[in-house]
Amino acid sequence: MSENENITNNPIIVCEDVHKWFDDFHVLKGITTSFKKGEKAVICGPSGSGKSTFIRTINRLEEHQRGTIIVDGIELSNDLRNINLIRQEVGMVFQQFNLFPHLSNIKNITLGPMRVRKLSKRRAEEEALALLERMGIEDQAYKYPAEISGGQQQRVAIARALAMEPKIMLFDEPTSALDPEMISEVLDVMRELAHSGMTMLVVTHEMGFAREVADRVMFFDEGVVVEEASPADFFDNPQHDRTKLFISQTLQH
Amino acid sequence: MQQDSTKIPFWRDIRFLKVFFQILFVIGIILLAGILYSNMINGLSRQGIKLDWTFLNSEAGFGISEGINYDPSDSYLKAFWVGVVNTIKVSIAGICCGTIIGFFFGIARLSSNWLIQKIAAVYVECFRNIPLLLQIFFWAALIRSLPKIENSIVISDNIVFNVQGIFFPSFAPGPGFTTWLWYLLGGVILAIIVVLGFAVFRHFGGDHELQQTDRPPFTSNIIFAAKWAAAPTFIIVAIAGWFLTSEPTFAVTRPVLQRFGYVGGMNLSPEFTSVLIGLSVYTSAFIAEVVRSGIQAVVKGQREAARAVGLKESQVLSLVVIPQAIPIIVPPLTSQFLNLIKNSSLSVAIGYPELFQVGETIINQTGQTIPIFGMIMMSYLIMSLTTSAFMNWYNRRITRYGLSR
Repeated sequence: MSENENITNNPIIVCEDVHKWFDDFHVLKGITTSFKKGEKAVICGPSGSGKSTFIRTINRLEEHQRGTIIVDGIELSNDLRNINLIRQEVGMVFQQFNLFPHLSNIKNITLGPMRVRKLSKRRAEEEALALLERMGIEDQAYKYPAEISGGQQQRVAIARALAMEPKIMLFDEPTSALDPEMISEVLDVMRELAHSGMTMLVVTHEMGFAREVADRVMFFDEGVVVEEASPADFFDNPQHDRTKLFISQTLQH
Repeated sequence: MQQDSTKIPFWRDIRFLKVFFQILFVIGIILLAGILYSNMINGLSRQGIKLDWTFLNSEAGFGISEGINYDPSDSYLKAFWVGVVNTIKVSIAGICCGTIIGFFFGIARLSSNWLIQKIAAVYVECFRNIPLLLQIFFWAALIRSLPKIENSIVISDNIVFNVQGIFFPSFAPGPGFTTWLWYLLGGVILAIIVVLGFAVFRHFGGDHELQQTDRPPFTSNIIFAAKWAAAPTFIIVAIAGWFLTSEPTFAVTRPVLQRFGYVGGMNLSPEFTSVLIGLSVYTSAFIAEVVRSGIQAVVKGQREAARAVGLKESQVLSLVVIPQAIPIIVPPLTSQFLNLIKNSSLSVAIGYPELFQVGETIINQTGQTIPIFGMIMMSYLIMSLTTSAFMNWYNRRITRYGLSR
């Protein structure tokens, strides 16, 4: 069921004993894990469990205070150059889309390639149009984010992240802010992306997506990884009581 | 008797009541204004002053220390106009300096650098909490304490500081200037010819395969041609003209020490300089707060998204945050501009001959208090309304698309 043929054995992200505090609140209590190139990991857990904070430490939107994170051989430290290099290799999609409202959709996508990858305008627009076509919304290129639906906005946001040609994609609850009928159009492009062999870390409550696409499901609670397993084991044979409770409550409705 | 549901007695009809009370209000206002006006005319006639505007054409007979070309033998109206121009001059200069300084400190106050942030905070809190009048006096005193003419501070032969103010070198048209203007005119004509020729060629010539409907509209060809052909043509002619003109097109005049002080170049008088510094520093402290609140109003997710696509911090600010902060900043910024224009009347305290100061002199000489105050008020009103009309137009232009959540 999973896409094992895409996975290599080289870890692309290595986390060693990652700790993070918000003032007194200990959000991440020593996360040690690694992700292989081409792996799709779904991260779930109750709110406040640190799952979003964890993926946000990987491109330094949140600073970790202890432990090491190495992304594609580059250590995430206080070296500004390393942070910028990692951000170019890691794309991110947010719950609230966070498109730039003052720019048209195509300019949202070309901003990074033109300013960071130093592509010419023509080249960047060609790539952007190709990405929008892949997302199925090439006709929305010259509209503004406020003029399109939430599902379309999220697909523009995915195109914006992909335009930087990242090796890793982080998804922070990409469908949580969407109307029910728009969720599937976003999950469809994420599924397509998964099949193309992208390394993906997805924080989501979409358990159907996890079952179908993930190579591994990680369950966070109170800043630690309580359980991680293949989707089949995770959903059908959970080991911990906390996991069992979570699964029964999520799948009930 | 049958009740007609559409028939409402007029004293309960909202449509009637709305109009009725508005009419009542307008009548009240007109009555009040009429009473005040007749009262004023009576009062004036008791003092032997007739309300009439002919005095404006009489000779002013007093000197004005700086401003546009004026002579004491000119009329009061001309003197008043000198004051208006001086107000506009110091207001525009103050708005420009205040905005630049304000943006700088507003952004600095959000810096992650502790020292820069604290310096900006101290600047803002000091200058917005000390009365402006006091600040203007302070700058005036500071400038008066500059060295005497014979001990002037001279920086690299060009900039001079002394009790007469600050002197800069300035550009003036040189002997070859008119010749160069002809080259510029030629450049404009040539550019127009090039644009038309280029656009016609692109529109009617070129690719004959295209259907007539697929062709871009003629205006888009004009714009394309203007950008790629006209501008370069004009620039080339202008530069060629510059070198072909044998005499210098511009002459630099430098401040030179003569018998009674420095002459030549551009002089900022002590009065103008103190008012300008006072107004721009005071207003910049408020603008800094406006800028800070505007930047903070841009949601955090925008910065995060910009960082996530790999932009540097300076690009995050200039490409994503500030463009979204501007529409939030503009309305309160307009208020600050209006405050600055009105605050420029405090110049009267140190003798910068602006609108209010000249007006007061005219009142002292003619006793025409009411007409002159009316004219002063109208002048400020016109300047302020023009400013806010421009800023509102600018605001509408930039807020065509909604802000992010």
